[in-house]
Amino acid sequence: MKNLLLIAYLDLKESLRAKWFLIYSLVFGGLIALFFIAGITESQVMGFSGLSRLLLMYIQITIVILPIFILITTVRSISGDRDNHTLEYMLSFPISLSQYYWGKIIGRFVTVFLPVFLAMVIAVIFGAMKGAEVPWSLFLLYAGLLFALTSSFLGIAFLVSSIVRSSEMGLGVAFFVWIFLLSFLDIALISLMMQNRINDGVIIAIALINPMEVFRVAAISLFDPELTVMGPVAFYILDMMSQLKFVLFSILYPTVLGLLFAFIGYNIFRKKDLV
Amino acid sequence: MIEIKNLTKKFGKAVSLNNVSVNFNKNDHIALMGANGAGKTTLIRLMLGYYHPNDGQVLINGLDPINNRIDVLKNISFVPQLPPPISLNLDDLLSYIEKSSDTKREDIFYYAKEMELDLQGNMNKSFFKLSGGMKQKLLIAISLAKKSDIMIFDEPTANLDPKARDNFYRLLKEIRTEKVMLFVTHRLDEVESLVNRQIYMDLGEIVSDEKI
Ligand SMILES: Nc1ncnc2c1ncn2[C@@H]1O[C@H](COP(=O)(O)OP(=O)(O)OP(=O)(O)O)[C@@H](O)[C@H]1O
Ligand SMILES: [Mg+2]
Repeated sequence: MKNLLLIAYLDLKESLRAKWFLIYSLVFGGLIALFFIAGITESQVMGFSGLSRLLLMYIQITIVILPIFILITTVRSISGDRDNHTLEYMLSFPISLSQYYWGKIIGRFVTVFLPVFLAMVIAVIFGAMKGAEVPWSLFLLYAGLLFALTSSFLGIAFLVSSIVRSSEMGLGVAFFVWIFLLSFLDIALISLMMQNRINDGVIIAIALINPMEVFRVAAISLFDPELTVMGPVAFYILDMMSQLKFVLFSILYPTVLGLLFAFIGYNIFRKKDLV
Repeated sequence: MIEIKNLTKKFGKAVSLNNVSVNFNKNDHIALMGANGAGKTTLIRLMLGYYHPNDGQVLINGLDPINNRIDVLKNISFVPQLPPPISLNLDDLLSYIEKSSDTKREDIFYYAKEMELDLQGNMNKSFFKLSGGMKQKLLIAISLAKKSDIMIFDEPTANLDPKARDNFYRLLKEIRTEKVMLFVTHRLDEVESLVNRQIYMDLGEIVSDEKI
């Protein structure tokens, strides 16, 4: 336990000094700042209060860029350590592989999650100061979604790092995973749907295996409890589960998925040559 | 202390270590030599439990270095062939070492001083920003401070100036009794006064092993 926290702490400290972390924090902080400057909180569109609208835009952008940030920085750092023999030296000390691996995950989780979460907190505080009404249920949902998003992509990133032999290869795989989940999968499913050979419900169920899709739908679910914006998709989703269940699913499923990937990654890490 | 039996390691089809058997005992101070690619580093990595052998086994004090990683590594000091570009600053690196392996910071400082390395002025610097020689000095100081029974040095003096080498060999002479010391080296003359056993490897096999 002591070593686990030590590894997490050192990873955290290392990240805080790294350039990617600075850029990362600036991007998400800057996004929020930009929204305020653009006056999104003041506008009233489609009847949403300003702050809700801001949060919705923030989460929609975050769903797209956070995964690639997590994948790239994590894969780079974890397989980079192996490429340049840092891992070889660090593991010559009596520390167990599980403490090393899970310590790294915890450290990474904190570095990745805190900036996106804090940017949202700042938005809420700032918005409240400007007199906007704080949409607490939305805030809670999005905090949960950010947590789940971070978990799932961190799990994928650690799995990729365990499998690939070099960080270059890792970056390629990471980028492919991101693009695949972001759009290829959708395009493939849409074309399947248009061919009309497979039941739409099945296709939507498959779409919901993709955590990125789950986040997309969950992000608007509070605005639109009947999910009318989603058209026929909503019909199937709400047919499968109630809105509350769907919200819970959208947080639990990606989190569990991330843990599962992380565990598989750990088993590969343990069983393969370390350096 | 170290038993290596019929050890074979392949990478794909290439055999890096071919059915190697050798024992290292207390008070063996070994120069491990051989051409580039002979398999010296591979042998060391197997002793540290980094590689899964294709065949045969390594036992360190009777323990398998993969399954008993912690107990085995408590007893081993290791200086790698090239100092890696660790991004932690020295303060954090030393904390890691202190906490993971019961090494005392004051001992690291003591040996750093003996190696003529100024640690205090560099504590907030990243390890990779030190000069090549300074990195090596620090890794050597750490390996000595760890006070292990088994010390493994994979060409640790490549970047050291002559004075630093002399310091290093002097310190090793002070502590070498009752230990296994393994030096990978391409220059026997340098370590000749320090070792009592010379092993040559070629193409993944031990081709000669003499005690002196
Ligand atoms: N991780 C690896 N993957 C593939 N091949 C490897 C790996 N590590 C070592 N080899 C191969 O194994 C052989 C032995 O390498 P090793 O590093 O043990 O040599 P060495 O005796 O330490 O050489 P040097 O004096 O150059 O350090 C080489 O042919 C090398 O290419
Ligand atoms: Mg070598």
